[in-house]
Amino acid sequence: MLNPDLVGRTFTSADSVTVTKEAIQKFASVLGETNLDIAPPTFAISITLDQSQNLLQDSGLDWTRVVHGEQKFEIKRPIVAGDIFKCSSTIESARNVAGNEIVTVRSDLHADSDLVVSTWSTLVVRA
Amino acid sequence: MVDVGRARMSTFITGQELPATTFIINRALLVNYANASGDQNPIHQDEVFAKSVGLPDVIAHGMLTMGLAGKYLSDLSGAENVIEFSAKFIKPVVVPVNTDVELIVSGKVGEIIDGRAKIELLAICNEVKVLGVAKGVIKL
Repeated sequence: MLNPDLVGRTFTSADSVTVTKEAIQKFASVLGETNLDIAPPTFAISITLDQSQNLLQDSGLDWTRVVHGEQKFEIKRPIVAGDIFKCSSTIESARNVAGNEIVTVRSDLHADSDLVVSTWSTLVVRA
Repeated sequence: MVDVGRARMSTFITGQELPATTFIINRALLVNYANASGDQNPIHQDEVFAKSVGLPDVIAHGMLTMGLAGKYLSDLSGAENVIEFSAKFIKPVVVPVNTDVELIVSGKVGEIIDGRAKIELLAICNEVKVLGVAKGVIKL
Protein backbone atom coordinates (compact mmCIF):
# COMPACT_ATOMS: atom_id res chain seq x y z
CA MET A 1 0.00 0.00 0.00
CA LEU A 2 1.06 3.53 -0.70
CA ASN A 3 2.64 5.21 2.29
CA PRO A 4 -0.01 7.85 3.16
CA ASP A 5 2.69 10.24 4.42
CA LEU A 6 3.83 10.67 0.83
CA VAL A 7 0.63 12.35 -0.36
CA GLY A 8 1.52 15.90 -1.34
CA ARG A 9 5.23 15.14 -1.57
CA THR A 10 7.17 15.98 -4.73
CA PHE A 11 10.07 13.91 -6.01
CA THR A 12 12.40 15.38 -8.62
CA SER A 13 14.61 13.30 -10.87
CA ALA A 14 18.35 13.71 -10.46
CA ASP A 15 19.03 13.02 -14.11
CA SER A 16 17.58 14.86 -17.05
CA VAL A 17 16.01 13.33 -20.14
CA THR A 18 16.96 14.57 -23.60
CA VAL A 19 14.30 14.26 -26.28
CA THR A 20 15.65 12.99 -29.59
CA LYS A 21 14.30 13.57 -33.08
CA GLU A 22 14.15 9.78 -33.49
CA ALA A 23 11.99 9.35 -30.38
CA ILE A 24 9.49 11.96 -31.59
CA GLN A 25 9.40 10.55 -35.12
CA LYS A 26 8.91 7.00 -33.90
CA PHE A 27 6.08 7.96 -31.55
CA ALA A 28 4.39 10.25 -34.07
CA SER A 29 4.63 7.71 -36.92
CA VAL A 30 3.03 4.94 -34.88
CA LEU A 31 0.02 7.19 -34.26
CA GLY A 32 -0.12 8.21 -37.93
CA GLU A 33 0.64 11.86 -37.15
CA THR A 34 1.55 13.88 -40.25
CA ASN A 35 3.81 16.41 -38.50
CA LEU A 36 6.91 14.51 -37.38
CA ASP A 37 8.78 17.63 -36.25
CA ILE A 38 6.93 18.18 -32.99
CA ALA A 39 5.80 15.69 -30.38
CA PRO A 40 2.18 14.51 -30.53
CA PRO A 41 -0.08 15.63 -27.62
CA THR A 42 0.43 12.39 -25.66
CA PHE A 43 4.21 12.05 -26.18
CA ALA A 44 5.01 13.25 -22.65
CA ILE A 45 3.67 9.98 -21.25
CA SER A 46 6.68 8.16 -22.73
CA ILE A 47 8.81 10.22 -20.34
CA THR A 48 6.61 10.77 -17.30
CA LEU A 49 5.29 7.25 -16.74
CA ASP A 50 8.79 5.82 -16.59
CA GLN A 51 10.16 8.74 -14.57
CA SER A 52 7.35 8.69 -12.03
CA GLN A 53 7.71 4.93 -11.65
CA ASN A 54 11.40 5.41 -10.82
CA LEU A 55 10.74 8.33 -8.51
CA LEU A 56 8.00 6.48 -6.64
CA GLN A 57 9.58 3.04 -6.49
CA ASP A 58 9.97 3.18 -2.72
CA SER A 59 6.52 4.68 -2.12
CA GLY A 60 4.85 1.38 -1.26
CA LEU A 61 2.79 1.51 -4.43
CA ASP A 62 2.53 -1.96 -5.97
CA TRP A 63 3.37 -1.19 -9.62
CA THR A 64 2.71 -4.79 -10.67
CA ARG A 65 -1.00 -4.33 -9.88
CA VAL A 66 -1.40 -0.90 -11.40
CA VAL A 67 -4.02 -0.23 -14.07
CA HIS A 68 -4.09 3.14 -15.82
CA GLY A 69 -7.45 4.70 -14.96
CA GLU A 70 -7.30 8.23 -16.24
CA GLN A 71 -4.89 10.59 -17.95
CA LYS A 72 -4.65 14.33 -18.48
CA PHE A 73 -2.15 16.58 -20.25
CA GLU A 74 -1.63 20.34 -20.10
CA ILE A 75 0.72 21.43 -22.84
CA LYS A 76 2.31 24.90 -22.63
CA ARG A 77 4.19 24.36 -25.88
CA PRO A 78 4.88 21.29 -28.03
CA ILE A 79 7.87 19.15 -27.07
CA VAL A 80 10.61 19.28 -29.71
CA ALA A 81 13.88 17.45 -30.37
CA GLY A 82 16.67 18.77 -28.16
CA ASP A 83 14.43 19.51 -25.18
CA ILE A 84 16.18 18.56 -21.96
CA PHE A 85 13.71 17.83 -19.17
CA LYS A 86 13.77 17.36 -15.45
CA CYS A 87 10.72 15.50 -14.23
CA SER A 88 9.11 16.14 -10.87
CA SER A 89 6.32 13.89 -9.67
CA THR A 90 3.85 14.70 -6.92
CA ILE A 91 1.36 12.32 -5.37
CA GLU A 92 -1.65 14.62 -5.46
CA SER A 93 -4.17 12.27 -3.95
CA ALA A 94 -4.68 8.73 -2.75
CA ARG A 95 -7.97 7.14 -1.78
CA ASN A 96 -9.38 3.71 -1.28
CA VAL A 97 -12.50 2.63 -3.17
CA ALA A 98 -13.85 -0.88 -2.59
CA GLY A 99 -10.39 -2.16 -1.69
CA ASN A 100 -8.71 -0.59 -4.73
CA GLU A 101 -6.24 2.21 -4.15
CA ILE A 102 -6.72 5.15 -6.51
CA VAL A 103 -3.64 7.32 -6.74
CA THR A 104 -3.22 10.46 -8.81
CA VAL A 105 0.33 11.40 -9.72
CA ARG A 106 1.12 14.73 -11.33
CA SER A 107 4.37 14.91 -13.27
CA ASP A 108 5.81 18.18 -14.52
CA LEU A 109 8.41 18.40 -17.26
CA HIS A 110 10.61 21.47 -16.92
CA ALA A 111 13.14 22.64 -19.49
CA ASP A 112 15.40 24.94 -17.45
CA SER A 113 12.87 26.87 -15.39
CA ASP A 114 10.06 26.65 -17.95
CA LEU A 115 7.19 24.28 -17.34
CA VAL A 116 6.49 22.65 -20.71
CA VAL A 117 4.02 19.84 -20.02
CA SER A 118 2.14 18.64 -16.96
CA THR A 119 0.65 15.17 -16.90
CA TRP A 120 -1.78 13.70 -14.40
CA SER A 121 -1.97 9.92 -14.27
CA THR A 122 -4.66 8.30 -12.18
CA LEU A 123 -3.52 4.82 -11.29
CA VAL A 124 -5.76 2.12 -9.89
CA VAL A 125 -3.96 -0.44 -7.75
CA ARG A 126 -6.19 -3.49 -7.87
CA ALA A 127 -6.97 -5.20 -4.57
CA MET B 1 -1.37 21.20 -49.62
CA VAL B 2 -4.83 22.14 -48.43
CA ASP B 3 -5.15 21.75 -44.71
CA VAL B 4 -8.69 20.46 -44.43
CA GLY B 5 -8.73 20.45 -40.62
CA ARG B 6 -7.72 24.08 -40.29
CA ALA B 7 -10.02 25.28 -43.03
CA ARG B 8 -12.84 23.60 -41.16
CA MET B 9 -11.66 24.92 -37.79
CA SER B 10 -12.16 28.58 -38.65
CA THR B 11 -15.86 27.91 -38.93
CA PHE B 12 -16.29 25.93 -35.69
CA ILE B 13 -19.46 26.62 -33.76
CA THR B 14 -20.48 25.26 -30.41
CA GLY B 15 -22.56 22.13 -30.77
CA GLN B 16 -21.14 21.25 -34.17
CA GLU B 17 -20.66 17.53 -34.80
CA LEU B 18 -17.31 16.68 -36.36
CA PRO B 19 -16.88 13.78 -38.80
CA ALA B 20 -15.59 10.46 -37.50
CA THR B 21 -12.20 8.95 -38.26
CA THR B 22 -11.60 5.19 -38.14
CA PHE B 23 -8.26 3.97 -36.81
CA ILE B 24 -7.12 0.36 -37.14
CA ILE B 25 -5.56 -1.32 -34.09
CA ASN B 26 -3.85 -4.69 -34.53
CA ARG B 27 -1.08 -6.70 -32.85
CA ALA B 28 1.59 -5.15 -35.08
CA LEU B 29 0.55 -1.66 -33.97
CA LEU B 30 0.70 -2.73 -30.31
CA VAL B 31 4.30 -3.90 -30.78
CA ASN B 32 5.20 -0.66 -32.55
CA TYR B 33 3.54 1.43 -29.83
CA ALA B 34 5.30 -0.56 -27.09
CA ASN B 35 8.65 0.15 -28.77
CA ALA B 36 7.89 3.82 -29.35
CA SER B 37 6.50 4.51 -25.87
CA GLY B 38 8.68 2.16 -23.81
CA ASP B 39 5.60 0.49 -22.29
CA GLN B 40 6.49 -3.18 -22.70
CA ASN B 41 3.85 -4.54 -20.32
CA PRO B 42 3.20 -8.11 -21.62
CA ILE B 43 -0.61 -7.71 -21.34
CA HIS B 44 -0.31 -5.71 -24.57
CA GLN B 45 1.63 -8.36 -26.51
CA ASP B 46 1.48 -11.79 -24.93
CA GLU B 47 -1.84 -13.61 -25.13
CA VAL B 48 -0.89 -16.34 -22.64
CA PHE B 49 0.24 -13.75 -20.11
CA ALA B 50 -2.84 -11.56 -20.65
CA LYS B 51 -5.16 -14.52 -20.05
CA SER B 52 -3.17 -15.57 -16.96
CA VAL B 53 -4.03 -12.25 -15.31
CA GLY B 54 -7.72 -12.59 -16.11
CA LEU B 55 -7.99 -10.60 -19.34
CA PRO B 56 -10.00 -12.01 -22.27
CA ASP B 57 -7.02 -11.58 -24.63
CA VAL B 58 -4.27 -9.08 -25.41
CA ILE B 59 -5.50 -5.52 -24.84
CA ALA B 60 -4.31 -2.26 -26.38
CA HIS B 61 -2.35 0.22 -24.27
CA GLY B 62 -4.87 2.76 -22.97
CA MET B 63 -2.36 5.41 -24.03
CA LEU B 64 -2.37 4.05 -27.59
CA THR B 65 -6.14 4.52 -27.78
CA MET B 66 -5.76 7.98 -26.27
CA GLY B 67 -2.86 8.71 -28.62
CA LEU B 68 -5.05 7.93 -31.63
CA ALA B 69 -7.77 10.18 -30.24
CA GLY B 70 -4.98 12.77 -29.90
CA LYS B 71 -4.24 12.31 -33.60
CA TYR B 72 -7.88 13.16 -34.26
CA LEU B 73 -7.30 16.45 -32.38
CA SER B 74 -4.05 17.09 -34.28
CA ASP B 75 -5.92 16.65 -37.53
CA LEU B 76 -8.36 19.36 -36.43
CA SER B 77 -5.92 21.97 -35.21
CA GLY B 78 -2.34 20.89 -35.89
CA ALA B 79 -0.52 19.10 -33.06
CA GLU B 80 1.06 22.41 -31.96
CA ASN B 81 -2.38 23.80 -31.07
CA VAL B 82 -3.51 21.00 -28.76
CA ILE B 83 -3.11 22.49 -25.29
CA GLU B 84 -5.16 20.18 -23.09
CA PHE B 85 -6.23 16.58 -23.44
CA SER B 86 -7.80 14.20 -20.95
CA ALA B 87 -9.64 10.87 -20.86
CA LYS B 88 -10.66 8.00 -18.63
CA PHE B 89 -9.91 4.44 -19.68
CA ILE B 90 -13.29 2.86 -19.12
CA LYS B 91 -13.19 -0.32 -21.26
CA PRO B 92 -10.23 -2.26 -22.62
CA VAL B 93 -9.73 -2.51 -26.38
CA VAL B 94 -9.33 -6.25 -26.91
CA VAL B 95 -7.04 -7.12 -29.85
CA PRO B 96 -7.26 -10.79 -30.94
CA VAL B 97 -4.50 -12.27 -33.11
CA ASN B 98 -4.74 -11.60 -36.89
CA THR B 99 -7.53 -9.08 -36.37
CA ASP B 100 -7.88 -5.45 -37.34
CA VAL B 101 -9.93 -3.80 -34.61
CA GLU B 102 -11.67 -0.57 -35.60
CA LEU B 103 -11.50 2.41 -33.25
CA ILE B 104 -13.97 5.08 -34.35
CA VAL B 105 -13.26 8.55 -33.01
CA SER B 106 -15.61 11.48 -33.45
CA GLY B 107 -15.91 14.89 -31.87
CA LYS B 108 -18.29 17.64 -30.98
CA VAL B 109 -17.37 21.28 -30.53
CA GLY B 110 -18.01 22.49 -26.99
CA GLU B 111 -17.43 25.94 -25.49
CA ILE B 112 -15.36 28.39 -27.50
CA ILE B 113 -13.71 31.00 -25.27
CA ASP B 114 -10.83 33.38 -26.09
CA GLY B 115 -9.89 31.56 -29.28
CA ARG B 116 -9.87 28.19 -27.58
CA ALA B 117 -12.36 25.45 -28.36
CA LYS B 118 -13.20 22.50 -26.21
CA ILE B 119 -13.66 19.34 -28.28
CA GLU B 120 -15.65 16.53 -26.70
CA LEU B 121 -14.46 13.20 -28.05
CA LEU B 122 -16.19 9.88 -28.47
CA ALA B 123 -14.06 6.75 -28.97
CA ILE B 124 -15.95 3.59 -29.89
CA CYS B 125 -14.74 0.04 -30.39
CA ASN B 126 -17.12 -2.80 -31.28
CA GLU B 127 -20.00 -0.46 -30.41
CA VAL B 128 -18.65 0.09 -26.91
CA LYS B 129 -17.37 3.43 -25.59
CA VAL B 130 -13.74 2.85 -24.58
CA LEU B 131 -12.75 6.35 -23.39
CA GLY B 132 -14.82 8.22 -20.83
CA VAL B 133 -15.21 12.02 -20.65
CA ALA B 134 -12.55 12.40 -23.32
CA LYS B 135 -11.91 16.00 -24.24
CA GLY B 136 -9.32 18.26 -25.70
CA VAL B 137 -8.79 22.00 -25.84
CA ILE B 138 -7.40 23.40 -29.08
CA LYS B 139 -6.22 26.87 -30.00
CA LEU B 140 -8.12 28.21 -33.00
